Amino acid sequence: MNPELKNLYDNFRDADTIKAYAKVISNDAKGLNRDINIMEVCGGHTHTIMKYGLLQLLPNNINFIHGPGCPVCIMPKERIDHAYILAMQSDVILVTLGDMIKVPSSRGSLQQARAEGADVRFVYSPLDCIKIAKDNPNKKIIFFAIGFETTTPMSAVLIEQVIKLQIPNILFHINHVTVPEVMRELIDSRDIHIDSYNNKIDAFLGPSHVSVIAGSKIYEEFPRKYNRPVVVSGFEPVDVMEGISMIVKQFTQNRSELEIQYKRVVDYDGNLKSQRIINKYFEKVSLFRWRGLGNVPDSGLRLKDEFNKYNAEVIYKDILPISQIEDHKLCICGDILRGMAKPPECTIFGTACTPINPIGSCMVSSEGACSAYYKYGNLI
Amino acid sequence: MNKTITLAHGNGGQENNELISKIFYKHFKNNILQKSEDSAVIEEGRLAFSTDSFTVSPLFFSGGDIGKLSICGTCNDLAMMGAKPKYLTCSVIIEEGFSTRELEKIVRSMKKELEINGAIVVSGDTKVVPKGAVDKLFINTTGIGEIEYSGISASNLKDDMSILVNRDIGSHGATIFSAREGIELESDLKTDCTSLYPQVKALIDSGIEIIAMRDATRGGVSAVLNEWAKASNVCIEVEEEQIPIQDSVRGICEMLGFEAMDLANEGTFVLAVPKSDEVKALEILRETHNTSSIIGRVSMEYKGKVILKSSWGTKRFLDLPTGELLPRIC
Repeated sequence: MNPELKNLYDNFRDADTIKAYAKVISNDAKGLNRDINIMEVCGGHTHTIMKYGLLQLLPNNINFIHGPGCPVCIMPKERIDHAYILAMQSDVILVTLGDMIKVPSSRGSLQQARAEGADVRFVYSPLDCIKIAKDNPNKKIIFFAIGFETTTPMSAVLIEQVIKLQIPNILFHINHVTVPEVMRELIDSRDIHIDSYNNKIDAFLGPSHVSVIAGSKIYEEFPRKYNRPVVVSGFEPVDVMEGISMIVKQFTQNRSELEIQYKRVVDYDGNLKSQRIINKYFEKVSLFRWRGLGNVPDSGLRLKDEFNKYNAEVIYKDILPISQIEDHKLCICGDILRGMAKPPECTIFGTACTPINPIGSCMVSSEGACSAYYKYGNLI
Repeated sequence: MNKTITLAHGNGGQENNELISKIFYKHFKNNILQKSEDSAVIEEGRLAFSTDSFTVSPLFFSGGDIGKLSICGTCNDLAMMGAKPKYLTCSVIIEEGFSTRELEKIVRSMKKELEINGAIVVSGDTKVVPKGAVDKLFINTTGIGEIEYSGISASNLKDDMSILVNRDIGSHGATIFSAREGIELESDLKTDCTSLYPQVKALIDSGIEIIAMRDATRGGVSAVLNEWAKASNVCIEVEEEQIPIQDSVRGICEMLGFEAMDLANEGTFVLAVPKSDEVKALEILRETHNTSSIIGRVSMEYKGKVILKSSWGTKRFLDLPTGELLPRIC
């Protein structure tokens, strides 16, 4: 393999560097006059923190609140039902990303739908839909699009190609969501359906792949308006440790700023071309319901009306139910996402709720906090 | 159990175990079966007996084909119980329209692999089914081996024993995946598919004490270690740094989000020996592969669990793989 490719991850998992950051953080943290709670918004960060055991390297006065940044976890059950219902149509091939495979809807998972005869395909690139559509001219290919800002441009490029190449049999079910709106929601907790909490978030570790597309500018309001420092950080253990170190330094130096740790890829403006193509095809939905968190204003995207003929939610509206499906009463994912509880505090964690039979959103995908605790343990 | 079988039930991990115990063990229950070893030990410990079916797609891949795999798979299961493979059966289910030339190519590679094991096919069956009833070709082989070293068992691990792997891990899974997804890498990645009896014989001949041996097929090294930890009610502590993984396998894992420890192998096995024999065992394994390594040790810290220790001093559980890893890997 190309030696440069290896350097992309090897250097960022170097034991000595990780240990050196642990030392710096511990020293700096002695200068803190209180505990600080850092929310890593993104499930990818949660995964890194748990997989590499980084909590074990941090002093007791630095805590993590595991955020809602896992696109599969936050998808409300009624939307997963849509995927299941669409997949079960005899003339439909449902195409989606692999993370969706075992997510249970109220009717079953896509994996079960497939076992019952549905044609469900998992792809790494949405553009694979084009080949599937050409190979199956008599079927409707529905791309069930999920993800944050990071994956949205790929869906937009697929729409652009579908229009340009005049492919008649590709439709879209759009479930793209955006990060800053939910961060704001977590601080403000203004959903009327959920009791308002005093959130405990002191700072954010910003999801960097989101910023590769959207730029770091999307987080500017948090240090400025809410006095919460943000460090946009990469996903390797060295990145995360450096990001934490930068946050701690902001506290010891009484700063509240937007900083980029992941400078090798992220800049302030982001990828303008991607932003343009997203804006061309998508617009904000006024309310998107997040599993475990409830309705979050302006946090979802939909296809613009002019593209209705590609919109599976419009075309299949007669068979797609819109009523909400609530999670199990005992599930405390909402509290976990707000930093009010840790996964092991849940009474069904690891018993009724496991990665194979997830009940709440945080257990659903490997990036969810409960799933990461279950899988890797919290061996301090 | 779900009402329907999903691909996850064939993953060699958690769902697979559930399927086996809740349906097959429930009805077939007997003392020999329930030992859950790589092959059954029968006739007062003189013979090992095992079966395996092969559905790999594609049929031909870098470093092997379904024919080679079908002999290695069954012979390796026998070898892992300290047995010399002797007699095999061979059943094939062929889809109409399949090329006779390709079939002969596959059978030729079976013959070659039989010779390496010193085994012969003594009975067989052929079925041809209409197009679409199977995908090209499925093979079943069943084998009997003569046990040369007895007492090997997943339930015998004790505190402070050493855990080794005979070579770098995950190359079969990575090879099949890249072949299927059309991922073209500039690398010499090929399957590890190989007959393990010669390596097992060398271990036996050296006089070391073999506690447990298992080839890390579906579910990979993770599945073997977890099964051992549970069967022996011990903790297995693995040093992440000591796990040999080729760069090209790691690259594929990085790109696609796999763990090399979960990827299937067809010529890679995990070995448990007393600590006093670890150096000698490693020397013997290194005669075949210079990537052999002592990857960990048995402890009593978290009984029934596997712990992965990082080089920066943290640790975490290494769980059984779950979900649909990669269907039709073998």
